[in-house]
Formats: sequence, structure tokens, C-alpha cells
Amino acid sequence: MCLAIPGKIMSISAQLDETFRTGLVTFGGIQKEVNLCMVPEAQVGNYVLVHVGVAIGVVDEEEAMKVFSYLKEMGEVHELEATVS
Amino acid sequence: MKYLSEYRDPEMVEAFLKEIHHITTRPWTLMEICGGQTHSLVKNGILNMLPANITMVHGPGCPVCVTSVSVIDEAIFLAEQPHVIFCSFGDMLRVPGSKKSLLECKASGADIRILYSPLEAVQLAKNNPDKQIVFFAVGFETTAPSNALSVVQAAKLELNNYSILASHVLVPPAMEAILSDTNNTINAFLAAGHVCTIMGMEEYEPVAEKYKCPIVITGFEPVDLLQGILMAVKQLEKGEHKVENQYTRYVQREGNRMAVDIINSVFAVNDRVWRGIGTIPNSGYEVNEQYKNYNARIKFNIDIEKAMENKDCISGDIMKGLKKPKQCPNFGAKCKPEHPLGAPMVSSEGACAAYYQYAGINHV
Ligand code: SF4
Repeated sequence: MCLAIPGKIMSISAQLDETFRTGLVTFGGIQKEVNLCMVPEAQVGNYVLVHVGVAIGVVDEEEAMKVFSYLKEMGEVHELEATVS
Repeated sequence: MKYLSEYRDPEMVEAFLKEIHHITTRPWTLMEICGGQTHSLVKNGILNMLPANITMVHGPGCPVCVTSVSVIDEAIFLAEQPHVIFCSFGDMLRVPGSKKSLLECKASGADIRILYSPLEAVQLAKNNPDKQIVFFAVGFETTAPSNALSVVQAAKLELNNYSILASHVLVPPAMEAILSDTNNTINAFLAAGHVCTIMGMEEYEPVAEKYKCPIVITGFEPVDLLQGILMAVKQLEKGEHKVENQYTRYVQREGNRMAVDIINSVFAVNDRVWRGIGTIPNSGYEVNEQYKNYNARIKFNIDIEKAMENKDCISGDIMKGLKKPKQCPNFGAKCKPEHPLGAPMVSSEGACAAYYQYAGINHV
């Protein structure tokens, strides 16, 4: 639960005001709607570090790839699968 | 034990290990704060590769482990109210309260949902106007901005059916509580990388100075941890006590100011009871006056008796670095992941569960 997982911004879905900037982020195939308000500089194609549905920092692609495969190997990405029902 | 070749950067792992062995001349005790780091140290077999006179002890940085019995009881009280959908991160469900866990409460019919993000709970509130949605807002500084944001969004959407049960904990006051304990043996800290992505480095400086204790902000992969240990031991051997940053690719000195602003707009610092440790002054966040309508404690008028902690569990001594999981008489006997007696056996980031799960493999 404390981990932050890097993913790639596929599209910006909404920008209503400063707390409602959201985008679709993909984590090795799993797609999530992520809040982007804390990373105003992040654009489509950028990689962001996401913690419980909110992007908390921007990372470069190479780093993002490495971290994601490390987390996957450690079996740490399952939390992405919990969804609203 | 893992083979070095399995790591992301085996040469670097080997180089850091060599250097640590080379420079260590005296016994040192280091504590990693974050449960994710504990998990990584144990799972990757790093504890066995360090010089014999370096002892790693495992800190309180796992929200699942430090949330008090009373707060679990409050969560259960809320989950059992009519028309409430109680939402939580999955890890919290198995933590024992004074009588039962949220999982048992769910089994007997309470509407409890596991969510990935508090923002999904806001969505749920929007979609279910006839229900009260309560989110269990636990976590360290890393999680606080997301939980705060959920309240800001609910307020903007003018939802009156959303509230949070806040049980946030903060790292620097916990470090101080550990360092000021008369039995303290810790010489240096590895601070939690992602916490500092949000909060930055500055709040650690007074702690390092006051207790003459090196603090190295560290990531959670094997290479990060070894580099962090090396930086800390270097300082100790030279008699220094600085705040250093190993995790420069994610941590900036000033942190993420926008995240800190959102935290400060919704939360106020308060005293918090840490499971096993007791009350630590100014070590938590509670919903502030401005957003009190989103505070589940006020909204549902929670008034339940404060429960006593399970005396058989020595988790407090473990999280203060005074004992190792295997020194607990219940470890692996009365207390196992399937029947946890205490919280550090519940989460994979808890020290007891990490030792239980990987001890056979890594001989820790
Ligand atoms: S082994 Fe179980 S009872 Fe002992 S400290 Fe760990 S969680 Fe508590």
C-alpha cells in the first residue's frame, strides 16, 4: 500500500480545475484513471510515479521501466487490481 | 539466499557490499523506517550479506502495523452502521481489533469494499447518494495528499455523504520517540524515500542534529538500500551526523510543495497512538476544523471505549528496534500470517510477516 508505481500517461481525460486534472495511465497493460494535480508539468507520454491513484512525481522512461519490472518481479503490483465494485 | 546475478544491477550490489565490508570497523545498528524497505531487505537476503557487526533493525514504517486497536474498533463501528459503505485499502482488513477484524465484520454482512484509491471512494459517494461512504484514511506522509485530495474533491462536488476516518502517522516524530527511548541502540536511520518525495528533506535536519544521528533518505530496491547503508556507515565511521539523500531520482530537497499544500489545507497535526508504542505527541494528522463535516469521527459521533492492546504481542519492542521478530515467544507458534496475533504479522511489509515468509529461504 505504501508503494508508488510508475506508469505512462496515455491521455489527459479531464482538466476541470486545479484539483481535477486527471489522466489515463497505463501500468504494463493495466489502465487506471489517475489524478495529475500534483504534477502540473506532466504531459501525455510522460511517466509518473503513482501512489494510490495520485501522481506524486515525474520519472524518466528508463527508470520507470526498470522500477516497474522490479516491482512486478517482487509481486508488488497486485494492488492495482482492486477496483470499485 | 538470492544469487547476486538476480539483482537489477548485480555489479553495483557487489561493489556496495565490498565497500561496506571494507569501511566498517565498529559495530553499528541501523534502522530502516519503511516497511517496504524491511520487506526488500529480508526478501532479497541482504541481511545475510552485511558485515556481522552491522545490525539492521526494522522500524515502525508500516501503517498496517501501527494503526491502534482502538482505531480498528472505530472502523468496525462505522462499518456496522446502517447505510454505510466502508472503504479501505486491502491490507487493513485482517488487522485484529479488540474483538474482531474488518474481514470478520465483512463476513457477517457489513458492506466493506477494498479500493485502490480514496478518489474511487469519492466516485462511489457520487454514484450512491442514498449511502454514506466512509474511507479509512491510513498511511504515512506519502498517502496523506491523496486522502486530503479526496476530501477537497468531495467538498467541491458538494457531497454530504462522504467522510474519512483519519489515522495518519508521521515519520519524524516517530524517529524522535525511538531515539529518545532510554534503551535506544540505534546509531543511524534510513529514512523512507517516497515519504520524502512528498515532504522533502528539511524536517529531518533538526532530528539529525539533536540526536547526533545520521539520516539517509533511501529507496527500496537492493541497490538503493545498500548504497543507503554505505552512506550511513561512512558518516558513522567519520563521526558525522548529516541528512543525506540517496534517492535523488525521486526526492528533492523541498519535496512536492503542491502535495504539502493539499495536506495542510485538509489536515491538522495531532497526537496519535501508535500500536505497540503508545501515544507520540504531534505524530499524526486529523481532519481540520474547516473540513470537519468530512471527519467520520464527528459525523457519526463515535464514542467507544478505548481498547487495550494485546499484551502477548511485543510489536512495540520490534518497531523500536529493541527486539527481532524471532525473539517473540509467539512467533511462528501462536502467531502466523493465517492467525495473526499482532499487526506486524498481517502485512507483508510487517517485520514479523517478512521474517516468517522468507526466514526459511534466507536464514535471517
Ligand atoms: S510474532 Fe506476532 S505476536 Fe509476536 S510481535 Fe510479531 S505480530 Fe506480535
